[in-house]
Amino acid sequence: MIRAGLAGIGLAFAAGPLGCFVVWRRMAYFGETISHAAILGVALSLMLQVSIFAGALVVALLIAWMVNLLSERGYAIDTLLGVLAHSSLAVGLVVVSFLSGIRIDLMAYLFGDILAVSRLDLFIIWGGALLVLILVVWRWSPLLMVTLNEDFSYASGFNPKREKLLITLLLGLIVAVAIKVVGVLLIVAMLIIPAAAARTLARTPETMAILAGIIGAVSAVVGLRAAFVLDTPAGPSIVCVAATFFLVLNIVGSFKSFQS
Amino acid sequence: MSLIEVKNLSVIYGSRIALSKVDLKIEPGEIVTVVGPNGSGKTSLLRAIIGATSPAEGVVKLKPDIKIGYVPQRLNFNSSLPMTVKRFMQLTHKGGDKSTIMALEEVGVSSIMTQQMSQLSGGQFQRVLLARALINTPEILLLDEATQGLDQPGSAAFYRLVEDARQNTGCAVLMISHDLHVVMSASDRVICLNGHVCCAGTPEVVASAPEYKQLFGMVTERTLALYQHRHDHDHDHDHDINKSHADQ
Repeated sequence: MIRAGLAGIGLAFAAGPLGCFVVWRRMAYFGETISHAAILGVALSLMLQVSIFAGALVVALLIAWMVNLLSERGYAIDTLLGVLAHSSLAVGLVVVSFLSGIRIDLMAYLFGDILAVSRLDLFIIWGGALLVLILVVWRWSPLLMVTLNEDFSYASGFNPKREKLLITLLLGLIVAVAIKVVGVLLIVAMLIIPAAAARTLARTPETMAILAGIIGAVSAVVGLRAAFVLDTPAGPSIVCVAATFFLVLNIVGSFKSFQS
Repeated sequence: MSLIEVKNLSVIYGSRIALSKVDLKIEPGEIVTVVGPNGSGKTSLLRAIIGATSPAEGVVKLKPDIKIGYVPQRLNFNSSLPMTVKRFMQLTHKGGDKSTIMALEEVGVSSIMTQQMSQLSGGQFQRVLLARALINTPEILLLDEATQGLDQPGSAAFYRLVEDARQNTGCAVLMISHDLHVVMSASDRVICLNGHVCCAGTPEVVASAPEYKQLFGMVTERTLALYQHRHDHDHDHDHDINKSHADQ
């Protein structure tokens, strides 16, 4: 239980700030694509009997890099993402069905299995989350600038292509890290919902990023507790708490702006 | 030496030639304006200068370690991104609050420090962009259609600020614009662009050049009316499209 809590908190601290960029840059579907592709990675690593994390990481990074490349070339990105997201999910599920020898609980990868987090998992989650957090903090200003305007970023001496690639690869990394915690279908929720909830309280990008991390972490702890008490699935319970934050903060926010 | 030297520059997107064999030099302290109809390659020229697009042919030389103040056409401030004016000003400047206030005072908007960027009026927004570009005391200001969305008095006031900035800091200015009259009166030199340099010189010279009249004839006659550009004009001096393709 403590390990599960720590895993959730670790993921949330990295997903919050990174999720802000997903919200600002309207990359939600982009994130979905990478996370759905991760199930293909899971299937492949089950087949090849290598670590799930490694398989998911490789496939997620590969798809992230590919989508980034294609978007640079100006492909109609929305359709392309749709094709990639669902075909890789479908292929992944089909591959898994061929693996007759092993009994596989697919639900664990689709919705996470945070209560089964091992010591090693926890190490991987915190390592990956720290790496994401360090890179986001280090490249914070250039990342913000490319979000505002690419030419603006060029004129300030940064290469926007590099920063865009960084965001994509970080998304790949966070997806691989988060599979154990919330599963591939709910990862994007941990990126977007805390960030969107934090938006109502923040006046600068930095406060929004920090608040998103905190809201995500509180959601993880409260969600786990709720799952334990109510005997509900852990990953979805965490997302439900985050969604409640979003709802309440937005209602309060619109009341405030209505009054003033 | 020149701040910016563009030699024989061609920019090609796929099969479309945006710029063909353009030469341009910007000296310290001068205000140069690039005018031209939509699709004439104005933005491509500016993008080539800041390194956002690579030339198919020719070179762009910048003075080593040049400090550029860039005022973009627009920024993607959607409501999902919270940003106070103060925070935005300090995005590329680490000088603290005092210099931020001073820079905003210069352009007459020091009272909006704590407001959200997404809630500013068009005029305030452009002024903040100008202040941000000026805060690092650039050697050259690059303005990309910086008064789009402003009415005529608004644009005129904005260009006065640009002139003031040049006066106070001695920076050069390169701007591209639609607002022919307002802009030209404030410029030392005007370059009329339509894929290539049609004509160039002082505002008076350009305004009376036949190439300019051909491009903007309708506009000069009816300044305040909404105007359309005529794209079906011809030039006597030819630029060989196929040739610049083959040169690649």
